[in-house]
Amino acid sequence: MRFRIDIRRKEGLSDPEGLTTLTALQNLGYSAVTDTHFGRTIYLDMDGDDAAAASEEVESMCRRLLANPVIEDFDIEVVG
Amino acid sequence: MNVAVVVFPGTNCEHDVKHALGLLDIKSELVFHLETDLSAFDGVVLPGGFAHGDYLRTGAIARFSPVMDSVAALAQAGAPVLGICNGFQVLCEAGLLPGALVANRDLSFICKPIHVRVESATSVLTAATEPGAVLRIPLNSYEGNYVADPATLDELEANGQVLLRYCDEAGNPTEPANPNGSERNIAGVANAAGNVAGLMPHPERAVETILGSTDGLGLMRSMATFLELAGATP
Repeated sequence: MRFRIDIRRKEGLSDPEGLTTLTALQNLGYSAVTDTHFGRTIYLDMDGDDAAAASEEVESMCRRLLANPVIEDFDIEVVG
Repeated sequence: MNVAVVVFPGTNCEHDVKHALGLLDIKSELVFHLETDLSAFDGVVLPGGFAHGDYLRTGAIARFSPVMDSVAALAQAGAPVLGICNGFQVLCEAGLLPGALVANRDLSFICKPIHVRVESATSVLTAATEPGAVLRIPLNSYEGNYVADPATLDELEANGQVLLRYCDEAGNPTEPANPNGSERNIAGVANAAGNVAGLMPHPERAVETILGSTDGLGLMRSMATFLELAGATP
């Protein structure tokens, strides 16, 4: 079973990479862009066929290690 | 007092810290991160470097190193725990200090002397300094940009947990004097009890005239002063 985890900076916290890229896009003339956020994607391959149990375990991994709950939100999705 | 200077794979400031503490007659020993018993020590320093390669996030892997349970136990017991640079990031990841450190505002690695102003002198990092003192010490980091939500920042300010603020030479915490975009120019914070503290600049690199500044001496001495003030044997 393959999981896709999307991790991104919480709304309202400073995202220097997003801000710099936003400025660059606007400088290129893409004036409709109002915000840019960077995140990271992690793919996990897991053994077993119990999707619910595996999802719960992946969520625990995110809370404990893969994301920092102080500054990041995350989404989990089964992709294969 | 006897200080454990923790060495993670990738730590690179442990000898500087040990040298600085030695100049102040504070005994210290290097302790590898696999150690699980720190009961022989009165305090801990987590030095700078790139623990576990800074993979995933700075400090994210290091916080699960075997030594960290003992560090947390000492912190809870009220013993001095100090994180410098990468050590600060580890303490934040471990939840022993509030907030987090993210990439610098200008996305550049900053390596230069900066000025900080002492905001509160009741902590393990500042007990031997004076409030309002302006110190010149080196900054050496890419992820030094301190962030926390506004409620947490307000609480830190109200409790005197903001220890150091980036400022200009005259002590004004202006925006141009904020090298990395840290919220409210924050360079160092403590927990509510003041016994756990972290800062991004490197006080251990400002302890001898030949290094260009001795302004870090007071900060490095503060662990011992904090214990003396608490009535313990230094």
